[in-house]
Amino acid sequence: MSLEDLKEELSKVVEPTAISPRDHDKDGCLLEIRATVDQVESVAKAARQADLFLESITATDFTNGPQVIYHYNSFVTISRVLVRVPLARGDSVPTISNVYDAALWYEREVFDLFGIRFDNHPDLRRILLPEDADFHPLLKDYGKVHAFRSREDIYG
Amino acid sequence: MANEFLEPITEQTFYLNMGPQHPSTHGVLRLFLKLDGEYIVEADPVVGYGHRGHEKMAESHLYEQFLPNSSRMDYLAGLIFNHGYVAAVEKMASIEVPQRAEYIRVICAELNRISSHLLWFGTYIMDLGGFTPFLYSFDDRENILDILDRVSGSRLTYSYCRFGGVARDLDDEFIKATREFIDRLRGRWNDYHNLVTKNVIFIHRAKDVGLINRELALRFGCTGPILRAAGVGYDVRKAEPYSVYPEFDFEIPTGTTGDALDRYMVRLQEMEQSLRIIEQALDRLPEGPIRSAVPHKVRPPKGDYYFAVESARGALGYYIVSDGTSYPYRLKARVPSYGNLQVLTDVLPGTLVADTISILGSIDIVVPEVDR
Amino acid sequence: MAAWQKLVNFLGPDLTVIIVGLVAILALVQVNALFLVWLERKVAAHIQLRIGPKEVGPFGILQTIVDGVKLVGKELITPRHADRKLFMLAPIAIFLPVLVSFVVIPFSERLQVRDLNVGLLLIFGFSTFNVLAVLIGGWASNNKYSLLGAIRSVAQNVAYEIPLLLSILSVMLYSNSLKMSVIVESQARVWNVFWMPVAALIYLICATAETNRAPFDIPEAESELVAGFHTEYSGMRFALFFLAEYSNMLIVASVATTLFFGGWQSPPLLGFLPVPGVVWFLAKTYVLIFIIIWVRWTFPRLRFDQLMNFCWKIMIPAALLHLIVYAGIIKLIN
Repeated sequence: MSLEDLKEELSKVVEPTAISPRDHDKDGCLLEIRATVDQVESVAKAARQADLFLESITATDFTNGPQVIYHYNSFVTISRVLVRVPLARGDSVPTISNVYDAALWYEREVFDLFGIRFDNHPDLRRILLPEDADFHPLLKDYGKVHAFRSREDIYG
Repeated sequence: MANEFLEPITEQTFYLNMGPQHPSTHGVLRLFLKLDGEYIVEADPVVGYGHRGHEKMAESHLYEQFLPNSSRMDYLAGLIFNHGYVAAVEKMASIEVPQRAEYIRVICAELNRISSHLLWFGTYIMDLGGFTPFLYSFDDRENILDILDRVSGSRLTYSYCRFGGVARDLDDEFIKATREFIDRLRGRWNDYHNLVTKNVIFIHRAKDVGLINRELALRFGCTGPILRAAGVGYDVRKAEPYSVYPEFDFEIPTGTTGDALDRYMVRLQEMEQSLRIIEQALDRLPEGPIRSAVPHKVRPPKGDYYFAVESARGALGYYIVSDGTSYPYRLKARVPSYGNLQVLTDVLPGTLVADTISILGSIDIVVPEVDR
Repeated sequence: MAAWQKLVNFLGPDLTVIIVGLVAILALVQVNALFLVWLERKVAAHIQLRIGPKEVGPFGILQTIVDGVKLVGKELITPRHADRKLFMLAPIAIFLPVLVSFVVIPFSERLQVRDLNVGLLLIFGFSTFNVLAVLIGGWASNNKYSLLGAIRSVAQNVAYEIPLLLSILSVMLYSNSLKMSVIVESQARVWNVFWMPVAALIYLICATAETNRAPFDIPEAESELVAGFHTEYSGMRFALFFLAEYSNMLIVASVATTLFFGGWQSPPLLGFLPVPGVVWFLAKTYVLIFIIIWVRWTFPRLRFDQLMNFCWKIMIPAALLHLIVYAGIIKLIN
């Protein structure tokens, strides 16, 4: 699917203002989408329709709540899409493992490292840390970090 | 068990733990298998035995200080991980790299790719019971390790790339040794093909075993030789060219069915293509500086960036969030073995235990990069 | 009369021969194991571009003795929930029958402990004990891996015995006897391997499977089941399994030499050399053993169901066909 078709598909699911083009040479993505928690699943389904594969799910912690990042990419052309979902601490996100099986492990990792729960995930348990660990290491108030900033500090 | 044979047996399935200490799961991987006789009903890979917290370390280290960490995530393709990290930060901070340094990086990255594939080749056949090719492939690999040792100082976990170039320049000895190595390895292909590829027993162990087609690879996000064996010609070096790869003439070998034999052939052909790239790079190696002037502490502008390279096992991606200081705010390494390992939960059920070894070996997983 | 002559008179000639023979066989088996372990390590090393043992003794010949001393000194560990009696029985059960089979092997015209009328039957009767001992060892270890290895070994051994016995039936039809010395003498004009090559090939393949050697070594596949049915054995018990495997190789190669390669007879054109029969016998046997070792380090392992398929669908029909064809040929010759 070409970039224009992809933009069209996605604007059926999120507001067109939430889709912004980016410069692939500068930061590796072609499109950036700001999505809310309830739009996560429909964005994933649209990406699947467009024959994209899930490249990674990760998260970043900020003072005003963490943010979950999805990367989708295509086998055929350069088309990396970044989906950004801002959350508050303690929010949970619907799972996309019924669309992409790769999400099973990526979401387990995000849960393990950040404590973000994913609703309806069939098997949400820790993957990297031991099962009886009681902390989420990549949160910024655990261990040694250099900075703990808000989202606006970085994205403006 | 031996003294309780009078108990009534009701269940047909039993649980078998392969690993974490097992000769064939390379690295500390634990495969929790539910078996029905010799057939696998469920497979659950358990990882995390080697979790060292590299991503957390990145948040309290300077960009320069994280460089050694990058090659320890996947120690078999350490230079490629190095290259990816350094190129990602250079793109963020808009640092120019001189042409000679780019060529040197490509030569060393391709040598690293060949050495990783040679190790895979030896250990795969060894797991299947043929102990001899292991020693031949390690003999070739020693050559590469010696060559890279003389230029970077270490044999396995290199920290050779620097922001703006590479640490040391190549000398004539390096170029001579590399050219000899290319000829020597080309002479070995005959041996490998005659003794292994055409071996009837090996073909029986690898043909139609562990089929991973395009659909499965897309669902699980598999990249690398697994995807290429399924017929999809996706290679980051051609799809999102970086460094000086567009200047070289090389092909992307693909398979047809996606079984273990196809993955095997794809990797062998990839080694030959890497040799081609190294030859062309050596022929065209330009003169010039090997490192451009870079500020003492690199300070990329704010924002988030993603940079992808082609590691020996698939598409490696660095996702870096920068807050404008000289410490990364968040660094995530998207490693290829994550998706490649997860596909086992779908491929293994229905196969025999003996095939597990063949499938695991042909997928070529390095567990430390899964664990980070 | 000297004391030893009185002893011989008292025991009688037959019993003396048996006692002396058994002592000689014990000595042969131990020296053979020593030699074979060294040979295997050297051959494997040279195939793999290495050198192998070279420190202990000239060319590393004494390496096995030193390894044996080490094994003797190791603690004999029995797993807690293992069946103690069976656990201790298995290594003995696997080693003794092999020892007994040497009684009927004709090392030369007169070097044979007992020339039984049913010599060949004795050998194959005792080789079946191998199956039982492996099963005992695997079961008594109380370990899933061991049990898997033992089950596979039993299935493999039982299956491969059939083409093994079918292939030697042709030899027996020709020599008209199960007596080993008669079989050797029946090859006085031409060795059996030259006009029954398929039987020799089938025998060698099945023999490799019977002794659990690669490419048929799934029961002790190191990379799949750690060490298969002898995972839990340590020290001298493990050494006994090892000894049993190498003695088995020697038996199997000796039987092949006797049945197909003319036993202690000299090769067709070299009869003028003043070499005693026993030297020819040992030379042929060790060439066959060398080939078995060579095959081990060249081929990967067959998967278990492929192994069984190979036996039931290829070897048994081939052996049956061979038997029928050669029964006809032998009838025509006679």
